[in-house]
Amino acid sequence: MKAQMNIRSLVNRDNNIVQLLVMTVLIFAVMTALSPDKFLRYYNFESITYIFPELGLLSIAMMIAMLTGGIDLSVVGVANLSGILAGVLFHKMAGAAGIADTGILTVLLGGVIALGTGLVAGTVNGLLITRLGITPILATLGTGQVFTGLAIVLTGGPAIVGFPTAWAFLGNGKILGLATPFVLFAAIAALIAFVLSRTALGINLMLIGTNPKAALFAGLKRERMVLYSYMLTGVLASVAGIILSGRTNAAKSDYGTSYLLQAVLIAVLGGTNPAGGRGTVLGITIAVAALMLLSSGFQILRFSNHLIDFIWGAFLLLVIAINAYKNRTR
Amino acid sequence: MALLRRSETVIAGILLLAMVLIGTINPAFWQLDNLFSLMRSNVIIGIMAMGVLLVLISGGIDVSFPAFAVAAMYLTIKGMLALGYNGVVLPLLAATLMGLAFGAVNGFFVYKFRMIPLIVTLGTSAMVRGFLLGIVGTSMININKMPTALIDFARTDVVSVTKADSTTYGLTAMVLIYLGLALAMHLVLRYTMIGRSAYALGGDPEAARRAGFDLRKTIFFIYCVAGALAGFAGLLHSGMIWLANPRDFVGLELDVIAAVVLGGASIFGGRGSVLGTMLGVFMLVMVKNSLIIMRVDTTWQLVVVGLIVIAATALSAWRDRRRAA
Repeated sequence: MKAQMNIRSLVNRDNNIVQLLVMTVLIFAVMTALSPDKFLRYYNFESITYIFPELGLLSIAMMIAMLTGGIDLSVVGVANLSGILAGVLFHKMAGAAGIADTGILTVLLGGVIALGTGLVAGTVNGLLITRLGITPILATLGTGQVFTGLAIVLTGGPAIVGFPTAWAFLGNGKILGLATPFVLFAAIAALIAFVLSRTALGINLMLIGTNPKAALFAGLKRERMVLYSYMLTGVLASVAGIILSGRTNAAKSDYGTSYLLQAVLIAVLGGTNPAGGRGTVLGITIAVAALMLLSSGFQILRFSNHLIDFIWGAFLLLVIAINAYKNRTR
Repeated sequence: MALLRRSETVIAGILLLAMVLIGTINPAFWQLDNLFSLMRSNVIIGIMAMGVLLVLISGGIDVSFPAFAVAAMYLTIKGMLALGYNGVVLPLLAATLMGLAFGAVNGFFVYKFRMIPLIVTLGTSAMVRGFLLGIVGTSMININKMPTALIDFARTDVVSVTKADSTTYGLTAMVLIYLGLALAMHLVLRYTMIGRSAYALGGDPEAARRAGFDLRKTIFFIYCVAGALAGFAGLLHSGMIWLANPRDFVGLELDVIAAVVLGGASIFGGRGSVLGTMLGVFMLVMVKNSLIIMRVDTTWQLVVVGLIVIAATALSAWRDRRRAA
């Protein structure tokens, strides 16, 4: 009986992955058919590997928050604040040689500050949710506003332009012919996949999300696990912020505001259950790839950004409807 | 004693305290024209807050109403210009109906697919804004093109006073519309079955269903009313500022949600009152305005509103858990 259940859940999960793959191939085929000369260029795919990681990391962060039935609406704020704090540091430390030649030690310090920002922000979110009992939506809505607000206070509005070369390497360099951010993403995604499926933390999170009451009675340390999950979410968001600021060589309080909707869309599309208990890194990765292909296709077809936002919104509602339909027939 | 324990009394007390404090720091606060302009700033946020209150009472959340408001406003004014129509009642009705139709989409997805309202409203919000800016247009409609009837209507004053330097200022009559809508919402929440069903749904959906409430009707009612109020407020807003900007209301959802939570509505659903919400709206608007009066840099506004949300939700969570214990 139990083995049968296991097999069934495995097939189900793989079904989801297969469906995602089919969808990705379909998108690829349609975009190729619509604009073969522009879409199929090497440059197009290369640029996707540079933009893909930011969104991918934010989506994985969103998925981790959703595992326990929560959500993190502050990810974009955390990402921007991390980049800005590092940028402020570089501008303060920059000597006569200019920002581009900042020493490696300073760059490392900037990295520590950026990641520390994510860790602190995630801890604040986690404590508000577990200790004060605020619902994740409102807690992260509030903190997201505070983080964005602090970013505005720090910069006064305009972007901080100019980052060290070593920092920019993280956003637009190449390792063995592959985009650095892409390599970073692959490493982090593999690590998170391992944490979620093979460590106590990941399994606890899945169990808590599946049935909070049962998890409580089973003696799982719910508060601590949820706190850890939001800390992890915060750090992932700050890595996205590092890559974003490295790639664009700038940091601003309102960069990537449309990423929030896209991260939620990708999380749901990638098979995450927003009510908790289900979500995989593989699903997210394929969903991001599908969405990036779609997005670059739209850009080649000269759709306006507003129109693309419209499509993302419609896509999200469509995915919700399809998921509900699938769950009903099962 | 019972009066003292009501959260409205507590909020009113804090509000008075804050007013005294701000008034001491800057006496200009108590000048009649400042108070009038404060009340004027309450109108739009207040009307939207009535809808958000209803949604929060039912245990949901809505982040799409600013998008609905701006779409209803811009489409209505575009329509008026295209038809050469100049009036007040019909356009307001059209904007309200448009908001209602958008809200029905929220209701449909929340009810039919049992989806978390936040995710649904994120989706509808992006769709409506994307449609408006991507297909309808991005250009502002300025005062020289705005329908005059709408502006004349929105500039009606209840009382007007002439200052020593012969400039006049007054209390806008839009305050009466706000008060009327608030009263109506109060009566609906208190004395009608549909109003009580919103509380029941927020308290415990399963219990509400078993008690015989038709949850489909309730959910549609909640999101339709929230949308309709947003649409109405949107058009009124453009009349009051003599401008129709298709990029308006960005980030307004946080202000309104902050105001409603500040007004004592529970973040877990099932609790909240119109009077408390009105006090919360007044408090939020006052704090934001006072930041300017107290010469705090405007860049701090987001931080302050965010902190208010966190503090108010933390208090609400603490109160509700103590009650449950």
